Amino acid sequence: MNQPVPHGDPRTEFDTMDVGVRAKIDRSCREVVLFWYASSVFWLVLGSVLALVASIKLHTPWFMADAEWLTFGRVRPAHLNTMIYGWASMSGMGTLLWLMARLCKIPLPWRETMVLAGFYWNAMVAIGTFQILIGNGTSIEWIEFPWWISIPLGAVFLIVIALTIKMLRERREKHLYVSQWYLFGSTIWFPFLYIGATILIHSPAAIGVAKGTANWWFAHNVLGLWLTPIGLASAYYFIPKVLGRPIHSYYLSIIGFWTLALFYNWAGTHHLIGGPLPAWLVTVGTVGSMMMFVPVITVAVNHHLTMVGNFSKLRVSPTLRFIVFGAMSYTLVSVQGSLTALRSVNETGHFTHYTIAHAHLGVYSFYTMIAFGSMYYVMPRLVEREWISSRLIKVHFWCCGIGIAMYWVGLSIGGWMQGTWMNNPDIPFLDIVGRMIPYLWSRSIAGTLMTIGHFAFAILVWKMLRREGEWLVEPTLFISRKEAAEAAATVQPGASS
Amino acid sequence: MNRIPLIMAGVLATVIASLFGLVLIPDMQFQQMQPKEVMAADGSTAVYPVALDEYNEAPGKEVYRAMGCVYCHSQQVRPEGFGADIERGWGQRRSVPRDYVLQDPPYLGTMRTGPDLANIGVRQPSDDWHYLHLYDPQITSPGSVMPPFKFLYETTVGEKPNPPLGSPVIQLPESYASQATWIVPTQDAMNLVSYLKSLKQLFDVEDVQ
Repeated sequence: MNQPVPHGDPRTEFDTMDVGVRAKIDRSCREVVLFWYASSVFWLVLGSVLALVASIKLHTPWFMADAEWLTFGRVRPAHLNTMIYGWASMSGMGTLLWLMARLCKIPLPWRETMVLAGFYWNAMVAIGTFQILIGNGTSIEWIEFPWWISIPLGAVFLIVIALTIKMLRERREKHLYVSQWYLFGSTIWFPFLYIGATILIHSPAAIGVAKGTANWWFAHNVLGLWLTPIGLASAYYFIPKVLGRPIHSYYLSIIGFWTLALFYNWAGTHHLIGGPLPAWLVTVGTVGSMMMFVPVITVAVNHHLTMVGNFSKLRVSPTLRFIVFGAMSYTLVSVQGSLTALRSVNETGHFTHYTIAHAHLGVYSFYTMIAFGSMYYVMPRLVEREWISSRLIKVHFWCCGIGIAMYWVGLSIGGWMQGTWMNNPDIPFLDIVGRMIPYLWSRSIAGTLMTIGHFAFAILVWKMLRREGEWLVEPTLFISRKEAAEAAATVQPGASS
Repeated sequence: MNRIPLIMAGVLATVIASLFGLVLIPDMQFQQMQPKEVMAADGSTAVYPVALDEYNEAPGKEVYRAMGCVYCHSQQVRPEGFGADIERGWGQRRSVPRDYVLQDPPYLGTMRTGPDLANIGVRQPSDDWHYLHLYDPQITSPGSVMPPFKFLYETTVGEKPNPPLGSPVIQLPESYASQATWIVPTQDAMNLVSYLKSLKQLFDVEDVQ
């Protein structure tokens, strides 16, 4: 198995892999990955509730107004941090470990350490969120945990980096698939960004507006260099895997990786256009954002050409449906992001809910949907049981899919109007506040839908962990067994879920 | 390309480059900008910017942080011709880096659910307005979606209370509270108002830069 595999073809990589080896790798991942996954779902549900409270407060300000710890300025960052560091990071870590083990073709090492790291991570996120709610948050967006939480959180990554390097060095497959590049990159980027930004913001290492640029250098890159690589690594793995055909072009995927690594870094200052920054700095941010078209188009083309001719399988496979939804959102959110960096767009969209809609298109519609899809694939293999109900998976998909679409459309339109009105000095500010209320309601309704979806998912995961599903005979698909059997003729055997 | 150290070096190089480009090099520029003497319109001179006083304003900034005001209020005035900040009266001029050299950290903000506060100390010099507005924004700004911060006050119905020395007592307007109701701000509320009143970006851009 040491000959290089052309075009990073997961089909030849895995379907020639001994079923026994695969089962052994899955078993080695079981406790660790399930623990990180289960924890992430807990934070997802908690984060959704916090989100709803924050959303309702924006149109109904007296709602729970007497609770100091639930005031909007605390619930909102509590929502963001539980979602980013609880849900997104923990689900990402689960997928990262499993993908690494599968792609390196070795059992997961240091299992006890990684379970302990999971407990530690949960404790840190819990303490950090509590600190925000009692008023010890930093009010620096995306870095709200006090420094004595964010530094220990970033420090755990020394273990993760060491583990990743160990696995890569001991790998039994010489060829590195593009997913491994992304995953390896993300384990180095995240702690560098998190610890670096914490030091810059809490020490005299940077002053004044440089703390603001440090803030956005970090916050933009948490999505760009931590969650995006994991999301893309998953899409690069699962789309070909479920379809049973190779990724369209290996070389495009490598170009996509290095251009992302080069350009995403520089885009963060577009959150400060029009602000008190030297003009050259804003220009750099705008150029970086524009250059992002390169990695985005390469990834979009690569994924699309892999999918071409197989779109009918979206009817069948939950994994594929969630992941393709996410991958398409990646193109959309990235194009929108690049355009947002244009001064003319930024003049209206900045400081409004338009930006909030954009952020959710990235973290939710792209990253979270891909994380759901990945978990639908991975968990049955770890538990050796199937998902209990395809109907609940449908509820999950449609609630979240319609929810985020409604969220994005409502707040994008509302935010754009808000910006247009704000730039017209003849409209009194309080009028704008009033005119925004219907759009804010649409967000609460969309958020309720998404939360229902999350509860459906939490039930599915709970039942899965209790091993209530059937034995792993055939995957839980969206359509009936008979239809599935017919469709299975077109889906690679053993490759679907 | 299957060599781990090479990938690692590339990955680190890209992020270090942006750290220098976006944070460390601009920071070198800002480190040069210390407060300096500027001349006001009437010919008098003053040092700008001014540090927050450590008794009320600096603790007030901590209340601003703890309550998360930054999630709805920015503190930066956009330049003329880019948005309508100056037309709305949010500032006499655009904000520049020197305005922030003493702010650790600056709360620039990215959202304007509420108006910009870079010059709220100029726009609203009245203590009572701030106290009523923070107690319940509906009193001063009907239709606002800002949360009421009643938990930052002692509220008494009926007879006028005797507050600790230095604390103001404010009666709520009759249109808002039918019975005679008095509010006494806590130390936190007083500090917050001191901080808000300190927010002023003065002098001309050319003078400041």
